[in-house]
Amino acid sequence: MSSDSSSWARALVHISPYTFAAIGIAVSIGVSVLGAAWGIFITGSSLIGAAIKAPRITSKNLISVIFCEAVAIYGVIVAIILQTKLESVPTSRMHDPESMRAGYAIFASGLIVGFANLVCGVCVGVIGSSCALSDAQNSTLFVKILVIEIFGSALGLFGVIVGIIMSAQATWPTKA
Amino acid sequence: MYSWEMLSFNIHDGFLEAIVRGNRSGLLTAADYNNLCQCETLDDIKMHLSATEYGPYLQNEPSPLHTTTIVEKCTLKLVDEYKHMLCQANEPLSTFLQYITYGHMIDNVVLIVTGTLHERDVNELLEKCHPLGMFDSIASLAVAQNMRELYRLVLVDTPLAPYFSECITSEDLDDMNIEIMRNTLYKAYLDDFYKFCAKLGGATAEIMCDLLSFEADRRAVNITINSIGTELTRDDRRKLYSNFGLLSPYGHEELAVCEDVDQVRGVMEKYPPYQSIFAKISYGESQMLDKAFYEEEVRRLCLSFEQQFHYAVFFSYMRLREQEIRNLMWISECVAQNQKNRVHDSVVFIF
Repeated sequence: MSSDSSSWARALVHISPYTFAAIGIAVSIGVSVLGAAWGIFITGSSLIGAAIKAPRITSKNLISVIFCEAVAIYGVIVAIILQTKLESVPTSRMHDPESMRAGYAIFASGLIVGFANLVCGVCVGVIGSSCALSDAQNSTLFVKILVIEIFGSALGLFGVIVGIIMSAQATWPTKA
Repeated sequence: MYSWEMLSFNIHDGFLEAIVRGNRSGLLTAADYNNLCQCETLDDIKMHLSATEYGPYLQNEPSPLHTTTIVEKCTLKLVDEYKHMLCQANEPLSTFLQYITYGHMIDNVVLIVTGTLHERDVNELLEKCHPLGMFDSIASLAVAQNMRELYRLVLVDTPLAPYFSECITSEDLDDMNIEIMRNTLYKAYLDDFYKFCAKLGGATAEIMCDLLSFEADRRAVNITINSIGTELTRDDRRKLYSNFGLLSPYGHEELAVCEDVDQVRGVMEKYPPYQSIFAKISYGESQMLDKAFYEEEVRRLCLSFEQQFHYAVFFSYMRLREQEIRNLMWISECVAQNQKNRVHDSVVFIF
């Protein structure tokens, strides 16, 4: 931190790393749940309407809702893992490069997981809606469309994996 | 290009879209039509229909049946489904669903005015009106003597009011004027519907504008063919053509001067989508033109179901049901009049 850099750069590096870490944890759970909820309402409304004429589709198509729900669970798990990584450091070492790195790592991890789950939830929701409508007309289509959904839900898993690897290196400096 | 409607369409309209797609699976298939075409009497038709979704509507009818009863009960099913959808719809879907029925309203108005002109009883005419196009105060149409009164007394309170601006005259109503009035109203309605769909944007605008363009072009051809040899001037004919569609404005210029069916064919063959329609009918024959247009319309309506998250499925479903009711009417008439060899002249298969 040089003393003659622009004021914005100085302001940014003076923000406490705990701020970034906390925001990361909030984004990880909040935006994942947003994605899961979005996906569930997209698929749920079509499922309910289509099941009026074809009641047999209800139990099979709950899988789409379960895939969306799994997205929210990923967000919760990562948020819990991230918050166990938050440790106290002495005030003198709060703006050390190492503690800044730990704060940024948790922030990035939370962003990764949150937004990956957001788009994954929406993707699975849209496919699930089409799956319910096609299954109501032709029951041989269900398994094939389910394969597409499985690929879609792998996106959330990618986000979780990268987020956990990212947060594994969030080591705060120990005393002295 | 589509806007991000897959993200937000299902909030308000997902349930109804799923319902209309479920209803579509209840349309009669080719196998059903084959069974119906082989019926000997109207009671056979009733028996075959009781195995389909029309069963609950026909089972209480006493024999002997008339063809009008069958058509009436089948239309009742369509009306029930429409009302079920309309009462659950939000804006803008509810406005869209109401637009679909204005065509029937126009037909009802013309029916009552024509019938009154020919001294028929009002109640008898009311029974013949299409139920989807009913509105309050429709019975007082019988009182009007000319168009200005028609507008002032009755139509100013209906949704058809804005369509009358082009055709208010003080002339007395007679057969020719009524047909012109019908076509002018329908032209204004189609223009209005087209603007409404274009304003909705996204996939709805794209698909509906294509379907409505086909409708406008088909009406242009029908108006041309029907007015050949009548005293309708070319300028009057041109005023009845819509302001949109594949044929406007250059095709309309050419159609306005056509004097027989072969000239019409010459004009239409310049447009690739309509070339295939006119290729199906040989020279000098115009009876099969109706059926060719219906087949093309059904093909386009079925294609609109290939996409999700738009309103055109509602329009397509209503039109496909109406086509099915037309098929049933034709089959019943052929069976009732013992002309089963003509059954396939006018039945358009949907699946």
